[in-house]
Amino acid sequence: MAKTILTVDDSRTMRDMLRLTLNNAGHTVIQADDGVHGVEVLEATGPVDVIITDINMPRMDGYGFIEHVRRHSLNRMTPILVLTTESEPAKKLRARDAGATGWIVKPFNPDKLLAAIRRVSP
Amino acid sequence: MDPMEAIKQTYFQECDELLLAMEEGLIAMENGEADGEVINAVFRAVHSIKGGGGAFGFDLLVGFAHVFETVLDHIRSGQLAPAADVVKILLKAGDTLSDHVMAARDGAGEVQDTDIKAELYMLSGAGPDAEEAAPTEMEGIAFTPIRLDIEEPPCPAPCSWRIRFAPHAELYAKANEPFLILRELGRLGALEVRADLTRMPDLSVLEPDQAYLAWDVVLTGCDDRRKIEDVFEFVTDDCDLEIREDVPLPPLACASRTAAPEELQVPETVQPASAAQSDASSDKKPVLAAQALETAPKQIIRVDLDKVDRLVNLVGELVITQAMLTQRVVECGQTHSAAVSAGLNELEHLLRQLQESVMAIRTQPVKSVFQRMPRLVRELAAQTNKQVHLALEGEATEVDKTVIERLGEPLTHMIRNAIDHGLESPDERIAAGKPAEGSVKLSAEHRGGRIVIEVADDGRGIDRARVRAKAMERGLISASASLSDDEVDNLIFLPGFSTASQVSNISGRGVGLDVVRRNIVELGGRIVISSTAGKGSRFSLTLPLTLAVLDGMVVAVGNETYILPLSHIVESLRPKASDIRPFGSSGRLLNVRGGYVPLYSVADLLGVTGAQDDLAAGVVILVESEGVGRTALAVDTIIGQRQVVIKSFESNYRHIEGIAAATILGDGRVALILDIDGLVARCRENGRSREYLQAIGA
Amino acid sequence: MSPNQHETAQDRRQYITFLATGQEFAADIMTIREIRGWTDTTALPHVPDYVRGVINLRGMVLPVIDLKARLGLGVTEATAKHVIIVVNAGERTIGILVDAVSDILTVTSTEIQSVPDVVRESQNEYVEGIAVLDGRMVTLLGMAKLTASFAGDKILEQAA
Repeated sequence: MAKTILTVDDSRTMRDMLRLTLNNAGHTVIQADDGVHGVEVLEATGPVDVIITDINMPRMDGYGFIEHVRRHSLNRMTPILVLTTESEPAKKLRARDAGATGWIVKPFNPDKLLAAIRRVSP
Repeated sequence: MDPMEAIKQTYFQECDELLLAMEEGLIAMENGEADGEVINAVFRAVHSIKGGGGAFGFDLLVGFAHVFETVLDHIRSGQLAPAADVVKILLKAGDTLSDHVMAARDGAGEVQDTDIKAELYMLSGAGPDAEEAAPTEMEGIAFTPIRLDIEEPPCPAPCSWRIRFAPHAELYAKANEPFLILRELGRLGALEVRADLTRMPDLSVLEPDQAYLAWDVVLTGCDDRRKIEDVFEFVTDDCDLEIREDVPLPPLACASRTAAPEELQVPETVQPASAAQSDASSDKKPVLAAQALETAPKQIIRVDLDKVDRLVNLVGELVITQAMLTQRVVECGQTHSAAVSAGLNELEHLLRQLQESVMAIRTQPVKSVFQRMPRLVRELAAQTNKQVHLALEGEATEVDKTVIERLGEPLTHMIRNAIDHGLESPDERIAAGKPAEGSVKLSAEHRGGRIVIEVADDGRGIDRARVRAKAMERGLISASASLSDDEVDNLIFLPGFSTASQVSNISGRGVGLDVVRRNIVELGGRIVISSTAGKGSRFSLTLPLTLAVLDGMVVAVGNETYILPLSHIVESLRPKASDIRPFGSSGRLLNVRGGYVPLYSVADLLGVTGAQDDLAAGVVILVESEGVGRTALAVDTIIGQRQVVIKSFESNYRHIEGIAAATILGDGRVALILDIDGLVARCRENGRSREYLQAIGA
Repeated sequence: MSPNQHETAQDRRQYITFLATGQEFAADIMTIREIRGWTDTTALPHVPDYVRGVINLRGMVLPVIDLKARLGLGVTEATAKHVIIVVNAGERTIGILVDAVSDILTVTSTEIQSVPDVVRESQNEYVEGIAVLDGRMVTLLGMAKLTASFAGDKILEQAA
């Protein structure tokens, strides 16, 4: 089923790759450059089906963004997947404590990305 | 283009930007101006380069970036202080990362990074083994150990698993959906699901954000435990999970109070819980948190350069058409109508504003070119064993993109010259009472409608005696010529001039200042040097703000119309016949307020027919050109002054010496823009200049 | 010419023919961009006599070659009746000054003969062949080759 997915990442390359993979699977993609922008975009577009966000971003990082969404936005029950190359368990834990639903490791395998989305979104 | 190819190009473009940001941050750290945000920015830059590189399989790049990133991470977390020696290593690492990106982009080139890697390891306290842990699939770490330690070997026949899944409240809070997880399980084989509702309280005491449900699942047909564990990957910490391999059992007895749920339709009981959860905890305030958001920075949009170029061209056409319109109106005698005049004036006024705005789109700060210099200086300093401090000023000065692209080469040469020839070795400097570290200052500013870029060093200055001697030796000046200090200094721009007693590796042979100057002059710019012995030298480079339009003087020569760039024009005058003196077989000199200047007829130079033979009946334009000083050019009349749009004809024909470009005038005809330096240089090649120089004593 | 059934599309090409100095020439129709009446050119200094100058073609500066002069037969006295054919020549766009445009012909490759040795050497550069059609001899010009020589143009020595 086609979903609307918000991707938040400050790297243009990563945004392009996510969009390519997700579009090919038939999903609609909205993008934001960092946490602050992500919040603005959510305000403007309303509920989305899935949110995929990076951790290391300027202005507001992934943790801040997830916490904000979980606390304040219409999307607080939207599944949030975190993109990370961070290999330490502590960082994953922090993301989950902030409210992340799941995670995808960078560089991401398209199949795993789509599987993760299936796992969190009807 | 294959989409991945397009993204790869995007990646490399992004790398360029990230490397720039990284360098900026590192320099700030070097100057002790770095705060947490700056350090974070440097970390993120390297992190992003690593991330993208991994996607394209640039393993060497990723490997190095990982080591670099680890050190940066330690710094940003406070574990490692960014002391001067540490930052030095970081700068080197930055250069190496840059090399890696280039090698990845070119698909070739080996990068020597073992030494710098070793230094980075020392800083991060990690050994080379840590590198092996660098990002490859990290999935294993996501798991906390499952209760059963015995890893059952996958059975050859379809196996059966009993799975007990009891979510905690946190699982729901993170927007995980047991239904979806069960659905994923269903992809692995045949499922039998029983909901365990034993903990469900009465609706009256049910709390929406608590977890009461559990499921017992029998999964058959899956032979790999890991696949099952994968499904629960995100939620293992937020639930009670048991996965047991089972001998096929009869179906579980129903233990629930209510009917067992049907296969995997959306269980009614689950949804309301989530829905209730969100309602209950909603505070109906979808406004942004108190989290301090910065005031919105300048809005930036990305635009294809092609689109901008097209816009610039169109506006140029508009300017030409407006000029044509004005001309036609004049010819029709309509200018007597005040309304028409006013209308045309307004049109011209608006058009000028439009043109300025559009040209401003294409302007960029010179920073992008300046930013390449610190690395160059670092390398040159290392190569020459000199200590050099580079100061940058005026990086925000804006210039048209067409000029920016051509700035890099002359800048590089000037800096090379300053460091190679200008600055002394530390010992020499100390002996001369100067600090051991030499300084080079690179600055840019707008001055008089042009951009002026200077490279100043505090080195030894130009050795004038040596320069003179060399010039005489090469026959470039005569022995008796008396030249001012300034003129001697600028002799170094003459072709074939190199005073380096040994050809230095850096400045190279033949890649001389004459080439640099020629390129700058082709752009309509000038470059001069001034120097004080023992104190230092300064290169001064001026360039037009844009290469797309030009302020010119329109002149008539015979049947033709030409444009002379205003930037070269000193003055215009009507000569008296008595001021014109013949010289040699066919040359002429013009007396200008007591001094003599070579005089040429533009008609002769360009082979134009129908021009004035008597130069005294026409107009003389006094021009200034590099290295030759002043020259007088005779034309028939001056038509006016105009800003013209530069059109190339070289793309369709070829370069003609003496002609810089073309433009289209108000009457629709093409007029040629003269290349003053080229024109004058032609005359020099005919051997007249030396005589003139002698005669004039210039 | 009756098309031979066994010919493929590649063997037959269309050409525009034009007249200059009483001879008939032709150029591949795919290279022709447009046809304009003569307008006065702006002269370029120190160029060979066959480079007439440049004109303004809707904002593009277009060099114009005098075909008669290129053949070494003197300079054309251009009038309003003359024609400039605007062609794509390799990477360049140029104009060719001719007397008139006459026809559109379809020529099969078998009808093209190679240039006899009698023709002056300098012309071999840009003459692709000769076709004899209905008793007329038509010289086929190669546009890209016509401009390839630009780089090697000798500049007339400046008058002393």
